[in-house]
Amino acid sequence: MSAVIEEHHDHHDHKPTGLTRWLFTTNHKDIGTLYLWFSFAMFVIGGLFAMVIRLELFQPGLQFVEPEFFNQMTTLHGLVMVFGAVMPATVGLANWMIPIMIGAPDMALPRMNNWSFWILPFAFTLLLSSLFMEGGAPNFGWTFYAPLSTTFGPPSTDFFIFGVHLMGISSIMGSINVIVTVFNMRAPGMTLMKMPMFVWTWLITAFLLIMVMPVLAGAVTMMLTDRHFGTSFFDAAGGGDPVMFQHIFWFFGHPEVYIMILPAFGIASQIIPTFSRKPLFGYASMVYATAAIALLSFVVWAHHMFTVGMPLAGELFFMFATLLIAVPTGVKVFNWVATMWKGSITFETPMLYALAFVILFTIGGFSGVMLAMTPVDFQYHDTYFVVAHFHYVLFPGAIFGTMAAVYYWLPKWTGNLYNERWAKIQFWLQIFFVNLTFFPMHFSGLAGMPRRIPDYNLAFADFNMISSIGAFGLALTQIIFIAVVIGCIRGKRKATAQVWEGAQGLEWTLPSPAPYHSFTTPPKVD
Amino acid sequence: MSEHNPNSYYVPASSRWPFIGAIGLFVTVYGAANFIQQSTDAVANDGQYGAWIMFAGIAILIWQMFSWWRDVIRESMGGLYSPQMDRSFRFGMMWFITSEVMFFAAFFGALFYARVLAIEWLGGGSNNAMTHDLLWPDFIPEWPLERTPDGTTTNAMPAWGIPLINTAILLTSSWTLTLAHHALKDGHRSKLNGWLAVTVLLGAIFLGFQGYEYYHAYVDMGLTMGSGIYGSTFFLLTGFHGMHVTIGTIFLAILLVRTLKGHFTAENHFAFEAGAWYWHFVDVVWLFLFVFVYLL
Amino acid sequence: MAFFHKIRTALPVLLALLFSASVGAEELQYNMREGVTEISQGVYDLHMLVTWICVGIGVVVFGAMFYAMFAHRRSKNPEPAKFSHNTLVEVVWTAIPFLILVVLAVPAVRLLVAMEDTSESEVTVQITGYQWKWHYKYLDQDIEFFSNLATPRSEIEHYEGEGKPSDPNYLLDVDNRVVLPVGKKIRFLITADDVLHAWWIPDFAVKKDAIPGFINEAWTKVDEPGIYRGQCAELCGKDHGFMPIVVEVVSEEDFDAWIQSKYDEQAEAERLAAEAASKSWSKEDLMSQGEQAYNTYCAACHKVDGTGTPPVFPGMIDSPITTGPVEAHISIVVNGKAGTAMQAFGAQLTDAELAAIITYERNAWGIDTGDLVQPADIAAFKAGN
Ligand code: HEA
Ligand code: HEA
Ligand code: HEC
Ligand code: CUA
Ligand SMILES: [Cu+2]
Repeated sequence: MSAVIEEHHDHHDHKPTGLTRWLFTTNHKDIGTLYLWFSFAMFVIGGLFAMVIRLELFQPGLQFVEPEFFNQMTTLHGLVMVFGAVMPATVGLANWMIPIMIGAPDMALPRMNNWSFWILPFAFTLLLSSLFMEGGAPNFGWTFYAPLSTTFGPPSTDFFIFGVHLMGISSIMGSINVIVTVFNMRAPGMTLMKMPMFVWTWLITAFLLIMVMPVLAGAVTMMLTDRHFGTSFFDAAGGGDPVMFQHIFWFFGHPEVYIMILPAFGIASQIIPTFSRKPLFGYASMVYATAAIALLSFVVWAHHMFTVGMPLAGELFFMFATLLIAVPTGVKVFNWVATMWKGSITFETPMLYALAFVILFTIGGFSGVMLAMTPVDFQYHDTYFVVAHFHYVLFPGAIFGTMAAVYYWLPKWTGNLYNERWAKIQFWLQIFFVNLTFFPMHFSGLAGMPRRIPDYNLAFADFNMISSIGAFGLALTQIIFIAVVIGCIRGKRKATAQVWEGAQGLEWTLPSPAPYHSFTTPPKVD
Repeated sequence: MSEHNPNSYYVPASSRWPFIGAIGLFVTVYGAANFIQQSTDAVANDGQYGAWIMFAGIAILIWQMFSWWRDVIRESMGGLYSPQMDRSFRFGMMWFITSEVMFFAAFFGALFYARVLAIEWLGGGSNNAMTHDLLWPDFIPEWPLERTPDGTTTNAMPAWGIPLINTAILLTSSWTLTLAHHALKDGHRSKLNGWLAVTVLLGAIFLGFQGYEYYHAYVDMGLTMGSGIYGSTFFLLTGFHGMHVTIGTIFLAILLVRTLKGHFTAENHFAFEAGAWYWHFVDVVWLFLFVFVYLL
Repeated sequence: MAFFHKIRTALPVLLALLFSASVGAEELQYNMREGVTEISQGVYDLHMLVTWICVGIGVVVFGAMFYAMFAHRRSKNPEPAKFSHNTLVEVVWTAIPFLILVVLAVPAVRLLVAMEDTSESEVTVQITGYQWKWHYKYLDQDIEFFSNLATPRSEIEHYEGEGKPSDPNYLLDVDNRVVLPVGKKIRFLITADDVLHAWWIPDFAVKKDAIPGFINEAWTKVDEPGIYRGQCAELCGKDHGFMPIVVEVVSEEDFDAWIQSKYDEQAEAERLAAEAASKSWSKEDLMSQGEQAYNTYCAACHKVDGTGTPPVFPGMIDSPITTGPVEAHISIVVNGKAGTAMQAFGAQLTDAELAAIITYERNAWGIDTGDLVQPADIAAFKAGN
């Protein structure tokens, strides 16, 4: 029932088969694959919710859905994308790649690894089933501010709360696994400062997760007791404060946005050197910058709440702290540019994605800095300008990062090459539609369109129509994406172990596809 | 990186328990959500099944954990245990406790926020003069908050009765547990069993006192979860602590069963240490509770 | 099919926007408003400053990137360089962004301090957000009123893209405007009755959350008379998109005249209410008055056809309250139900309106209890309350 690998040296690449392989697996690659497919499924579902939003906003008036349902769509879209698409995608990449990149046979705690994954489908069953409950799904935004979510929340809120608890348990266990693996399973000679950047960024991400997921669990627990057991955490009449909810939520929520982006930073730091054929510029400063971003992320949360009426000193503090984050992030951006500088650059699809990531993420970062300026944020807050900001850092940020990683490592995973031509077509179409969807949102936001509304004044009509058209196009490009991926899995053209000429790192020393058990004996790193 | 025998990377074969654990969690929380809706003034969810589903889920979880641990114990007794695994388990436990610390931090954060900020503001502090004048003119900011803005009154729990006794009990139990640990390391099995048993007993006594304190609060003092922010923070902080003491006590009780069966060696007793760490963590949380919930 | 039809109407707009700067360029609002106050002007200037700084940094960073992509591509530069760090440039590109941020922070602090200074105001208006309307109370003048969306529901639900004369104030019109005097410092005391809302007028650069149980302060001083529009800017439930704000800024004389007219209105309303209350109404009158008032005040939640959206917003038809004892029915409408969206309407509506609504609810949609509730019954209930 348990096996020591050395006992199986002669037939070491045996795989269990059938359904139970996936249900009971302890293999980091299987689990990584499960995470990635799960994430993609959630991306499609979250995307379909977004399509409902864009359809309703296509022109003024209420045509397709009731305002009540619209709010449910907004809420579920945000929740599913953040917790269902982006986070599991990066966890999937971590599972697949971290052991390979540090020369380990598997994750440190393989059984717990399986547990972390299988909690997720159940958590989302709970969350999505709320759509069919009496009173409808949660309708208070992905930020679920009290008292809209406590006193005024629909009955399904309780299922949502427990769903969040499950996601929290899953993320915490997943992160513990990553940290333990990185600290304890590195191949001899793989010192911390020799680890690939992706491993570094994930280590720090895991740390953030362990620090903030329990706080989120605490927040939803307080919601639950406020809803059912008469406590008054978020009720002024009993001495609490609705704004306290926001403080607790954003103490989680802000680090959460870096949880979504740091792995993408790591991916860019793997890909850009490969296709520039030049080592990553400023490795050490990359590590320190990542750590600085993570630490700063604990003290900036209230920039989401500038309008709640904090005392002046608080507003000033959070403005300064937030602005500061631009400095280490800038260091990263400049390092990427310097990595390309005097390189010998080629533009395979992963590189295209990484470059688009750098540029479009930076644009999203710029709007972040604008939002960080408290007096001006009073105008931006809760408008489509914010929606534009975070889609720029999330879609061409986190999602592009993931797609870059998928194209980059797909040959290693499947042993086959993907179709470069279709991948490039998909890339360019997607670049076009991403910008068509989200750039006009800057304008409608500045013009004064609030977010989370199902209908709007005519002044915003043009931009909304463009955004909607862009969104439909963006959906179509996802179909090409999935076609390319499936084409690669089924592909005929075999990949070499090295795959990319300029690639460095242990993952490229393994054959493609990577064997079921990665490193059965520790490789030597010098 | 295990220097002793670098070729013995250990990867457990596939196991059904994690998946069953996921089912167990799902059933538990699905039941819990229904149970809570059905047992409080439910919004459109009547019936009685929630509790049963929840208990079924908990049963699955207990079964799953028991079986999983049993596999791990068998493997480790069967000699599959390596220093590398030992380190992994240790790190894992440390980070798990870190996450628990952050869970408590959320509630302590709520306590400090309410005490230092929200109540001051409701009483007109900082930029909230009008909040007080127009909305809560009779409200007096103070802590413990015995009269809420909407006029609910209650009584604060004094620190010098049961809480003090309980502090002594927990501190003592940490000490007895350390004695047990030393006994284990020195190979004194009977001492080990004795001190461990005392520790479990102290945990149980602590819980008994806390149960009595809650009873007293609800029945004699009018201090309930509904007594405004004081009651809210009091019960959630002490309640979650109590839940952790319960888990810790069960943990230690299982260890006791195992030591009685002769498990663990002087060198190799990770599970024992994990239990001890957990217990010390629970102890430290209590000290914070004692100071910030009861004393100040 | 309707969908493709819409795409067809959209395409010309899209093309026009993309390829021709002249079409509709003047009306098209794509930047922040400069607004009509010193503060809003300051905000606008800061917004433009930070925008241009970002554009500048973008030009430098992306410029360098594109240059590298072009000049250091493999066909041009087959041999990559080997360097991997340079302490000097790393220090420089840490320090320069930092300095830029300092440059941004200084004016931001100055502006923020000014925005938060609500002292020495001349008029104070208390603003309370409700699901989904605003309540205004002029503290010194002792005037208060509710302000509801004026765009008819039917127009929203049967909106047709083409051929319809476009109302520039679609969704931005209210029944009762807030009127403010020009050139005076106005202090807003913002709070909410149920959930969070946010009171926002872009032209004043004022946006403050309305938080139940707390009062936030904001201020403005408008120098140009005019009509200014805004919206609720915090998700507050179903009709969050339908609670606009309209402020009319007028000369001081006009303001005084408006105050006077409000006094007269209130006196008249009280007189009418007293008259109505003493009168015994016929069922027809109650039902027709009731229907109208119900559709205005109650239908947002309980629906025009009385079905509600159970379980959160109960339907009226199968409710034990509308078919049970009258007392309980009056009680929930007058006092509301604490901790739910059901507000206390006792103070919002006149006795006559309440009587009519309750009568209507007890006899409409096939309920037919036959009960008549007279204003006097409401008055009696309130007296005994
Ligand atoms: C991946 C996710 C992600 C990332 C990385 C970021 C990054 C940043 N975000 Fe964003 N943000 C979100 C996701 C993210 N955000 C989400 C989801 C919301 C909305 C939540 C909700 O309400 O629903 C939000 C909202 C949000 C707000 C609240 C707006 C409001 O509601 O009013 C603010 C305000 O300060 C903010 C600021 C920032 C800043 C300063 C950064 C910085 O980290 C950006 C730093 C990067 C750069 C600046 C670019 C590169 C730097 C250089 C090239 C150096 C030189 C530059 C300068 C000197 C300017 N964000
Ligand atoms: C990583 C996170 C992420 C991602 C990827 C996206 C992706 C998209 N988002 Fe997202 N969005 C959020 C996170 C994200 N969003 C968050 C956190 C909020 C805030 C929620 C809140 O206010 O509470 C938000 C809010 C939000 C709004 C504002 C809603 C409101 O305020 O009312 C809008 C409006 O246009 C929008 C649009 C879109 C669109 C068009 C996409 C598209 O990019 C999606 C494209 C993808 C697909 C469509 C799926 C794949 C498609 C196929 C495989 C093809 C089959 C399908 C079709 C042919 C239809 N989003
Ligand atoms: C903002 C939403 C909202 C508005 C507006 C509103 N109600 Fe309600 N109403 C509710 C909610 C929510 C409840 C359910 C309260 C509860 O949980 O018992 C309710 C309950 C009721 C009930 C009791 C029904 C039952 O079966 O429990 C009556 C009668 C009622 N409302 C009448 C009215 C009347 C009359 C008006 C207008 C003058 C009105 N409501 C306006 C939200 C609203
Ligand atoms: Cu009121 Cu949104
Ligand atoms: Cu943030």
